[in-house]
Amino acid sequence: MKVYADNAATTSLGEVAFAAMKPYFTEVYGNPSSLHSAGQEAKEALERARNAVAQEIGALPSEITFTSGGSEADNQAIRSVAALGAKKGKKHIISTKFEHHAVLHTLEKLEKEGFEVTLLDVHENGIVTPEQVAEAIREDTCLVTIMYANNEIGTLQPIREIGAVCREKKVYFHTDAVQAVGHVPVNVKDDNIDLLSVSGHKFHGPKGIGFLYAKRGILLSNVIEGGAQERGKRAGTENIPAIVGMAAALTEANTNLSEKMAIVSKKRDRLIAGLSEIPHGALNGDREHRVPGTVNFCFEGIEGESLLLLLDDKGICASSGSACTSGSLDPSHVLLAIGRPHEVAHGSLRLSFDENMSDEAIEYLIESVKDVVSYLRNMSPVWRDLQAGKREYIL
Amino acid sequence: MALYSEKVMDHFRNPRNVGTIENADGIGEVGNAKCGDIMKIYLKIDNDIITDVKFETFGCGSAIASSSMATVMIKGKPVSEALTLTNKAVTEALDGLPAHKLHCSVLAEEAIKSALKDYFDKNNIPYDAALYEKCDACCHEHEGVTE
Repeated sequence: MKVYADNAATTSLGEVAFAAMKPYFTEVYGNPSSLHSAGQEAKEALERARNAVAQEIGALPSEITFTSGGSEADNQAIRSVAALGAKKGKKHIISTKFEHHAVLHTLEKLEKEGFEVTLLDVHENGIVTPEQVAEAIREDTCLVTIMYANNEIGTLQPIREIGAVCREKKVYFHTDAVQAVGHVPVNVKDDNIDLLSVSGHKFHGPKGIGFLYAKRGILLSNVIEGGAQERGKRAGTENIPAIVGMAAALTEANTNLSEKMAIVSKKRDRLIAGLSEIPHGALNGDREHRVPGTVNFCFEGIEGESLLLLLDDKGICASSGSACTSGSLDPSHVLLAIGRPHEVAHGSLRLSFDENMSDEAIEYLIESVKDVVSYLRNMSPVWRDLQAGKREYIL
Repeated sequence: MALYSEKVMDHFRNPRNVGTIENADGIGEVGNAKCGDIMKIYLKIDNDIITDVKFETFGCGSAIASSSMATVMIKGKPVSEALTLTNKAVTEALDGLPAHKLHCSVLAEEAIKSALKDYFDKNNIPYDAALYEKCDACCHEHEGVTE
């Protein structure tokens, strides 16, 4: 059986999105900056897509800037607000320890450029509270950037409340919503969001495309210079097929969203129940406050990469926060941030999916993970020591 | 997966000599769980010949494959020959490892040396201490790895 359970990494291109894209490769191939009719036809498609994605998040079309993806949107959002803050002598930024590296690495660079960054601790349930944010805000804070949903463990943050705190304190609020948009309802007005990053390929759109929402009045700085595209804020000929595909995919993803969420949540709950039967394992992140389709577990006594390889042999595509899968020496910074010790963080497994995952596949996932965990534990000296009482169980 | 050679995947999927040996003549354990890999080697030695060897490994695919290959390479060999097993030989026998996985082959070499040291110590057999000057098989030791 083939089971793709790595939607948080990327999704397949949806049929509707693919169909919407096709004419823009071979028929409507003009450059939107060109004056002629071929160019203007492409320009119309570009603006239709802008209207569509703006509507999906409750924004104005003029507040949308298309980018190459979530990472670029994160970079541009943070750099822009940092530049605005610096002009006023405000060089303090608040974020969290478990952000995506597109945020963390940008902040590290800003620190080298003289900004001060406060990374909030994350509670064991994978959630940061509005109170933490309120306490951390200072006179010189220019930006709070906190992800909407965590990419590894799927926990949803209290974005609306954090946004309200930022509004009250008059600090700009950016959220990396790459794992949320298209999966849960997101509305920038209701959620008090000033800037928001989105990636197309997380909701069955194409790769290499995303957008940044920036509330009217926020002056963006360019990450890419060289042209008048996107109101001069993002140079480079627009990737029209990808933009059209992303808009179609987002519209489709948000259609009947609450019904889909209910279906996916039910599958997720069955998966969590099944995997919870494995002794000395634990779900990562809050049981309730999470996106519907992401499940992350730690299993004691085994290492994640060998788990992934053996699951792959069984036709299952999954992901892990193990150091060995990343090429770095440390396991996932997200799992460490929620307090999992290194020993346990190495044995993590992320399964992510949507309503297309069959119930049969969920059962196959449960059985396969059980088999592989038990097989690996049988050859693990750590597991032997745990069972012999020579080492204490953490989970 | 193209990450590993066929040889590595074969030894990972069908690891040779997995298990433990009761009353082993030498036991060596290297690595640490915090770093994400631990190897434990059990040796049965008769008349200076390694008559049996078993391993247990907590770690990634290449760690399991490296332990498996290392046990195959020393089984039936004289102690003196096992002592000369290098991480380079293990890596070559596996048709190579990705650069960031070379430390797994180092762990395999050190696990075997550690088990042999245990055997020497138990039997008051003198050995060249220089062999054990290297790092205590910590995964953070990437330098000095011979390719």
